[in-house]
Amino acid sequence: MIRLVLVGTSHHHAPVELREQVALDRERAQSLAAQLAGDGREAICLSTCNRTELYVAAEDGDAAEQDAVASLALLGPEVEPALYRLHDRAAAHHLFRVAAGLDSLVPGEGEILGQVRLAQELGTTGPLLDRVFRQALHAGRKVRAETAIGESPASVSAAAAALAEQVFGSLEGRSILLLGAGKVSDQAARNLRGRGAEIALVANSKTERDPIHEQLGTVDVVIASTNASGFVLEAATVAAGLRRRRGRRLLLVDLAVPRDLDPAIGELDGCYLYDIDDLEQIVVETLSVRRREAERAETIVAAEAEKFHDWHAALDVVPAIASLRAWAEEIREAELQKAEALLGRLDESQRRAVEAVTAQIVNKLLHLPTVRMKEAAAAADGVLYAEAVRHLFGLGEDDR
Amino acid sequence: MAELLFWPALLLYGEAAVGYFGDVRRPGRAGRAATWGVRLGWLAQTALLAVQATRDDGFPWGTWAASLALFVWLVVSAYLIWGCRRPYRLLGLVVMPLAVALLVVARAGGGTGSGSASHYSNLFLVVHVGLVLASFAGFTLASALSGLYLWQERRLKTRPATILRRQVPALGTLDALALRTVEWSVPLLTLGVGVGLVRLVVRGDRVDALIAATAVTWLVWCAYLGLRLVGGWTGRRAAYLALAGFALVIVVRLALPGSHFA
Repeated sequence: MIRLVLVGTSHHHAPVELREQVALDRERAQSLAAQLAGDGREAICLSTCNRTELYVAAEDGDAAEQDAVASLALLGPEVEPALYRLHDRAAAHHLFRVAAGLDSLVPGEGEILGQVRLAQELGTTGPLLDRVFRQALHAGRKVRAETAIGESPASVSAAAAALAEQVFGSLEGRSILLLGAGKVSDQAARNLRGRGAEIALVANSKTERDPIHEQLGTVDVVIASTNASGFVLEAATVAAGLRRRRGRRLLLVDLAVPRDLDPAIGELDGCYLYDIDDLEQIVVETLSVRRREAERAETIVAAEAEKFHDWHAALDVVPAIASLRAWAEEIREAELQKAEALLGRLDESQRRAVEAVTAQIVNKLLHLPTVRMKEAAAAADGVLYAEAVRHLFGLGEDDR
Repeated sequence: MAELLFWPALLLYGEAAVGYFGDVRRPGRAGRAATWGVRLGWLAQTALLAVQATRDDGFPWGTWAASLALFVWLVVSAYLIWGCRRPYRLLGLVVMPLAVALLVVARAGGGTGSGSASHYSNLFLVVHVGLVLASFAGFTLASALSGLYLWQERRLKTRPATILRRQVPALGTLDALALRTVEWSVPLLTLGVGVGLVRLVVRGDRVDALIAATAVTWLVWCAYLGLRLVGGWTGRRAAYLALAGFALVIVVRLALPGSHFA
């Protein structure tokens, strides 16, 4: 039987110093998978910021595991104690959790699904890994469709973009005024631009900030993150700008500490002001929603793992079933040959009817044993049943 | 037969109203059940109207209660256009309890019984009553959108940590939809009132309180359109004006005297 082996490490088991030793780019991940896939094995290397995992399908599971451990140990000698090793159902369950974003730093993050797909494309796959990775992608998509795990923003910048959508709807063509340029404000602006908004002005220095009074009449979103010690925008300035807006709404996001925007701006009609504390509280809340949804997602993933287990276990009895059916078909054809003298007198349609009837008898006789063997395989008795069938029907005795 | 259809319609609308409140507490199943309640209730009420129309040999709005029930049907029909979409489910919080309350009032005010034969022609009833009720349904929906706008605007102002938990239409979308609904409804009311006035002049009848109240309602909604399209009103101010217009719609609807059908 082909075993599924997983050897890897992740942010749960290894600090970044260890993870970076075994982090692989596309080419190296592809090459490592190809290297492990010799001798009829299948192999896939999944390498992201938070994990490096090797999935190997092989007849000899122990040897495959040792080879996978050795490959990772070669990349980082200190990584071996931080490696986890999982097999068959547990390995598949882990992969399904990974694809669903349940093993990620931020539960439900969406990037991992694309990374799993890419790993599959770069790997050396066969029937088992192809099946388990396809099912993992299915599980990931199902979790995102049936739960709200990926719906809410998981970062301050994503929260700012989501708020802008709550105010304006589509952000296509909306303009942004950036006051100061920090990492978070840059991410927020990138998030907004990703949704169709455009940057109208970036004002870093005090002199650059002088003409912002005019911009306040036209822009839709203001993101502030300067190092100024006092307010960069006073409520009176914004109120003056509002007169030129003819009722258009204005979202102001203050990411600076100390704050850049006068809190009184939030009181103005049509102005929606959020500071860094507001955004962080929103993120904490949305993460708690994600964690709650993760409980529902675990049920979906467990059901998928169970399906994989049934399919994988059935592989134990597939050769026996195939032999049994081949044996029965052989007998059927031999008996028809023997009766050739009688059948020769039949016309073509009658011959076809006899063929169909005998084939149907064989199928009906073998249907229940086939189903029972597959059920037994799922309950871990598959090998016993397969042996019994081989023994009872003398399957494979000619080979001995 | 009409009685048999009235109760399912009322119960399903009631289920929808309760479902929408459940959806606020825990979004998901309750909201979906509520949406199905609206759909099935609307089907039951449509069948009820068809039965009444067949029985009364014409349009089933010859009595105060029947016209109120028809108004409810129009409101729910207008709501169904958006209500089935997830972000707009919250509108059901306003629309469905109102539909249930008005249907109960219609029941208390005469139910599904036939009225005395009206001296109005069916054509006049179709044009005058139909257009006025359709416009009122539009104003009701616009007001619900404005109510939802004010609620969401308040949330955005108070900045709760849960602001992104619920899928609510954007402020800009709510504002634009309310305006578009009123843009359709004002011409309908203008036409409906116009037809009524022509008949009033031809027959030489006197202006009653209802006609005066309807004229005030028409003026308020025209002012809404004018202030929004020309005066640049948006957001909170426009939403409050819509709610004021809606209060007049309710007054006109509920205070509609039986004598107006005589």
